[in-house]
Amino acid sequence: MIDQLIFIALPYTAAALAIVMTIVRWRTNRFTYSSLSSQLLENSILSWASVAWHYAILIILLAHLGATVFPGLWARLLGGRFQLYVLEITGLGLALLSIVGLGLFIWRRLALRRIRAVTTRGDWLLLIALLAQVILGFLVASLYRWGATWYLHTATPWLTSLVRLDPNITALVPLPWLIKLHFAGGFVILALLPFTRLIHAITLPIGYLWRPYQIVVWNRRQTRANRG
Amino acid sequence: MNIRAQVSMVFHLDKCIGCHTCSIACKNIWTDRKGAEYMWWNNVETKPGTGYPVQWEDQAKYRGGWEKKPGSDRLSLRMNGRLGTLGNIFYNPHLPRLEDYYEPWTYQYEHLTSAPEGDDQPTARPISMITGEPIEIQRGPNWDDDLSGSAVYAANDPNLDGMSDDERQMMFEVERLVFFYLPRICNHCLNAGCVAACPTGAIYKRGEDGIVLVNQDRCRGWRMCVTGCPYKKVYYNWSTGKSEKCILCYPRLETGQAPACFHTCVGRIRYLGVLLYDADRIQQAAAAEDHDLVEAQRAIIVDPFDPAVIAAARANGVPDAMIEAAQNSPVYQFVKAWKLALPLHPEFRTVPMLFYVPPMLPIQAVANNGRVEVTRGNNSENDYFGTLDQARLPMRYMARLFSAGNEDEVAQVYRRLIAVRLYRRAQNASGELDESARQALAAAGLTAAEAQAIYEMTSMPTFEQRFVIPPLAREVNIEALQDPFTHKAEAGFGFEREAKRGE
Repeated sequence: MIDQLIFIALPYTAAALAIVMTIVRWRTNRFTYSSLSSQLLENSILSWASVAWHYAILIILLAHLGATVFPGLWARLLGGRFQLYVLEITGLGLALLSIVGLGLFIWRRLALRRIRAVTTRGDWLLLIALLAQVILGFLVASLYRWGATWYLHTATPWLTSLVRLDPNITALVPLPWLIKLHFAGGFVILALLPFTRLIHAITLPIGYLWRPYQIVVWNRRQTRANRG
Repeated sequence: MNIRAQVSMVFHLDKCIGCHTCSIACKNIWTDRKGAEYMWWNNVETKPGTGYPVQWEDQAKYRGGWEKKPGSDRLSLRMNGRLGTLGNIFYNPHLPRLEDYYEPWTYQYEHLTSAPEGDDQPTARPISMITGEPIEIQRGPNWDDDLSGSAVYAANDPNLDGMSDDERQMMFEVERLVFFYLPRICNHCLNAGCVAACPTGAIYKRGEDGIVLVNQDRCRGWRMCVTGCPYKKVYYNWSTGKSEKCILCYPRLETGQAPACFHTCVGRIRYLGVLLYDADRIQQAAAAEDHDLVEAQRAIIVDPFDPAVIAAARANGVPDAMIEAAQNSPVYQFVKAWKLALPLHPEFRTVPMLFYVPPMLPIQAVANNGRVEVTRGNNSENDYFGTLDQARLPMRYMARLFSAGNEDEVAQVYRRLIAVRLYRRAQNASGELDESARQALAAAGLTAAEAQAIYEMTSMPTFEQRFVIPPLAREVNIEALQDPFTHKAEAGFGFEREAKRGE
């Protein structure tokens, strides 16, 4: 029963919340879409915290996503023992880096008055959820080795079945509770996305790479286009 | 030819008395809000001095504006390439710190009346407007007001780089100490660094009038614009998580009023008017050699009386009223016709559209046995207005500010300013031109009629002559574009709800 709840009900609820509320927030309060950077107020701790956290977590996320979307490619990548070692060690290193970054973030928000002045309850909720999730991930990776491969036979089929709207959780039921918590935690964070500053994650401005440098907005031109 | 219109500006520095009324008018209207306390969309600096934020002109530190790599005609942002900017998005290594501005504060005034009875007078302690805690004030805006010659401020002016020790000595010697004021707002550049630096593309130039704005709904707080602007005129609102900048009071302009800082200017130093320019040649002007930057910028500003220009402007949808405003523009006179007004730091290559008439250099005085004597130039006994070779501020310094180091350009402006004064003196004294006035006019390349026109526009222009505001007809554009009721009750920032940060 609890398995159904956290592996079927939670993912669908979280996804629905994330999609619907992101759109609602976009339509009703677009102004609040922001990274809410506090770099102006404090610079030096942030340089370590933010760079470590963002780059580590981005790579970790991409690895999770890659193993879910391209399981065949992923399996081939891990074909040899050596590759597996390298990947697991890299993963552990990145997990540590993200924990250090997040720890610095939290310490900075606790210790510095200026940063505390721009910290909301939502920020704390998000920071605690993220910290729990990366620590769980680190524990899973170190206690239950070779997750890079068994992910392909547990999480990948489960996530694909969720997308196909035909949830299949048989592979997950026998897993240790630590792993189950990590799986569920991912969707808790997805649910937090539209309610916290995490929303900035979906606004990563890749378009900057090809847009023209100068932007000129013509009201009159648009008017003409509207008429014609 | 791709003719566009730009609402453009001239500040006549000779008339600036450094009263900061412009700054206060702006602050009261736009930035007296949480998160914006430290923003001075308009500020007045003492030069030589370090400015606001401190040493903003030092691009080795702040990495603003564009640079032209040797052997290349193309410009690149000094901060980073596109990929590098995205790579720095989690931490911008070139962002000014709050300490480079100042921590905004107020005073605990209510303590004066609510303090419990005691042995001491109650005090109003300074309180940080960020944390609400008592703070030790370290720095404020205009901390170096009038402090030319100080070893802390003026001596650290980035424009002194490359000046000889003798020149520095000359500028800061007590008896010859000299300074002037430099009021600054957003330059509403043609090749804006902030627009180019914004990863999201939230900053844009309005096609109709050239005002550069930050779309508050699109800004995501990546804060690259703060670095991209070499003038440090984009500010990050630490409370809302959005960048903000001078909006040239567009809500006022659209209703036919001069911007607040212009309207309130006590010295009447400010002029506002339309310039027509050729948008196809912006990059060409921005990429000119340092020596030619001012002339290249003047070259893309086109003559609003030229029939070909008028035809091209009409073809581009520039309304007749805008063209007419360009023909009456005081800015066109100062910048193009009289060549008196120069852009600030053209070497940043953003093609700024705010121009400055450099201040006349004061008459030189020399301390002689405890007496301060006014010395005159060698040219003539009538030389009351100083001569270029005796300038109290070295030409090199003025050229660093206003012409990317081209001293001829600045010297030519001064020859004209001096000629106008000699011309007017002759007119006042005898009613006819004397030899020295005639010589000065010839050296400056001015006719008597031009000198008279410059004098009239400088000394006694009416409100309507100083501010030639075209009808921006914004309401027409917006109505045709979308349902006018969606814009009902909008604030100046273009959205209806309160500007409040998200979770």
